[in-house]
Amino acid sequence: MFKYLAYILCLTLFFVGLYGIIVKKNLFKIIISFIIMENALNLFFILLGYRKSATFPIFLKNIEQTNIVDPVPQALVLTSIVIGLSVTILMVAIALRIYEKYKTFDITEIKNLKG
Amino acid sequence: MIVTFFIILPLFAAFVNAIFGRIFRLFSDIFINIINFILLILSFVILYQINTNQNNIFVYKIGGWEIPYGISLVVDFYSVFMLLIVNIITFFVGIYSISYMQKYTEKWGFYSLFELMLAGMNGVIISGDLFNIFVFLEVASIASYALVAFGTEKDELEAAFKYIVLGSISTSFILLAIILSYGYTSTLNLADISNVAKMSNNYIVKITLFLFLIGFGIKSAIVPLHWWLPDAHPSAPAPISAMLSGLLIKTLGIYLIVRFVFNIFLVDIKILNILSYLGIFSMIVGVILALYQWDYKRLLAYHSISQVGYIFLGIGLATPLGLLGGLFHLLNHSVFKSLLFLTSGALEYNFSTRNLKNYYYVSKTMPKTTFSAVIGSFSIAGIPPFNGFWSKLIILFACIQSKNIIFGLVVILVSVLTLASFLKVLKYGFYRENNYSEKENNLFLVKKNIKEVPFFMQFSMISLAILCIILGIIIYPEVKQILISKTVEIIYNGDLYRNLVIK
Repeated sequence: MFKYLAYILCLTLFFVGLYGIIVKKNLFKIIISFIIMENALNLFFILLGYRKSATFPIFLKNIEQTNIVDPVPQALVLTSIVIGLSVTILMVAIALRIYEKYKTFDITEIKNLKG
Repeated sequence: MIVTFFIILPLFAAFVNAIFGRIFRLFSDIFINIINFILLILSFVILYQINTNQNNIFVYKIGGWEIPYGISLVVDFYSVFMLLIVNIITFFVGIYSISYMQKYTEKWGFYSLFELMLAGMNGVIISGDLFNIFVFLEVASIASYALVAFGTEKDELEAAFKYIVLGSISTSFILLAIILSYGYTSTLNLADISNVAKMSNNYIVKITLFLFLIGFGIKSAIVPLHWWLPDAHPSAPAPISAMLSGLLIKTLGIYLIVRFVFNIFLVDIKILNILSYLGIFSMIVGVILALYQWDYKRLLAYHSISQVGYIFLGIGLATPLGLLGGLFHLLNHSVFKSLLFLTSGALEYNFSTRNLKNYYYVSKTMPKTTFSAVIGSFSIAGIPPFNGFWSKLIILFACIQSKNIIFGLVVILVSVLTLASFLKVLKYGFYRENNYSEKENNLFLVKKNIKEVPFFMQFSMISLAILCIILGIIIYPEVKQILISKTVEIIYNGDLYRNLVIK
């Protein structure tokens, strides 16, 4: 059980973010919940590549490395952070534009579209 | 290697256009459409090449890294089929935008985002690497979020925010599934994943598949996950609605679901039948919600949900005939749904409203738009000579062949309800006259300044209408052999993909 504790914490964080997106009424709280969700996933991915008492995955001349952490998740997480950042920026931009038009951040008052 | 140009050219076009398009006004119109035309020709070239090629597959290894280690681009018959659809529709929509987007400022920005979305879709289709698919999926999605908000009015912004939140939930689920799948298989290559996944009956594989289905299901707007679509698709400018409904939900949703379920996870037929139940559910819910809509584009968006249900029904039956029907309907739906969205754009261009109750004398003043709208409506409803009829007929036969008579009845019933809904559109939108005398009518038309839309818009609509008529030839055996039979074979024999990629 303790072996998987870190993973379980990451997934809990993910569902906290999901809960926030579904329940919260303020646009910026929704955006922050999305950031929490994104970062939980990135953390989870990095932890998957972790090996116990391993060194960094760079080949050096003098040191012989037998036990290294998995470098692939680190490369992928960099990409995923950049993608998450761009989605967040777009969300904030749209939220600000919504504030200009509706003068509110409350999603219960932003309901032109229905039917 | 020709494969890479499907990603390189649109990306190049997007960034070059962002530099020069804002300086010279005509630059983006000409440049982007030339690029789209080159891509259209390239997709026919690759169709020819893959039919003459002995291996029936192209694998391009980026940087020369061998398959499990490097990123690879894989083009098989299924990818070529999707590339053809995407590039044909994009070409016509690009030409339509020349005139339609005149009323918006910053047309160059529109074109850059348009090309980014195209690059993302082409990338999703031809990449053979799990994380690469995720990146291209996000490129296409982010471009589409920005395009939905392009009008920056109240409605557009609200729709865009809903769309972006739902879209990011779906991509988060996909990313979680990718992480679990990497943790279990330690590889990112699709063929290699299928090597590991086929042998195990582990619960992690099932959870991964379930998460992938949620993620791609939101993208493809299948019924329990459909509620963002009727807001997002109508709020975009008409060419983008055509792209979103015609292409984006298919490449990011249906294409990937089929690829993952059949070729990578090699799922049982019993689990696949869930897809056909979801399809039936989408068909009924979509068409019933569409029946009482008066907003033309919103009506079309609900019909998208219903027609996507047809595709899922065909695919979920998992017989060769059902797959043929599903894929054929995918092709047909992208043609006639983009055509209908383009006609809705033409009406909005003249009347500046989307409400069907506000259109008068369209059939007299805009005969070519009316002609294409009639053909599009008859295609989507499944009237015999048009393409929609043939694919619905094949799906119906597939239902009967697999002894699901009730599914067959639902197919017919939903088709009738679709016809009813589109007869309403034609009656009110296109053939309505009011009770005034002739003199008052002329005054009304002069005051509103209503005449046929510009040439480029007519060109795209009429070309797509002609495509609707002639696409019925696909069931002619020799054409079918070139275009769709081998696709069905690759999907139906799930192992074939892996065996072709890893020799």
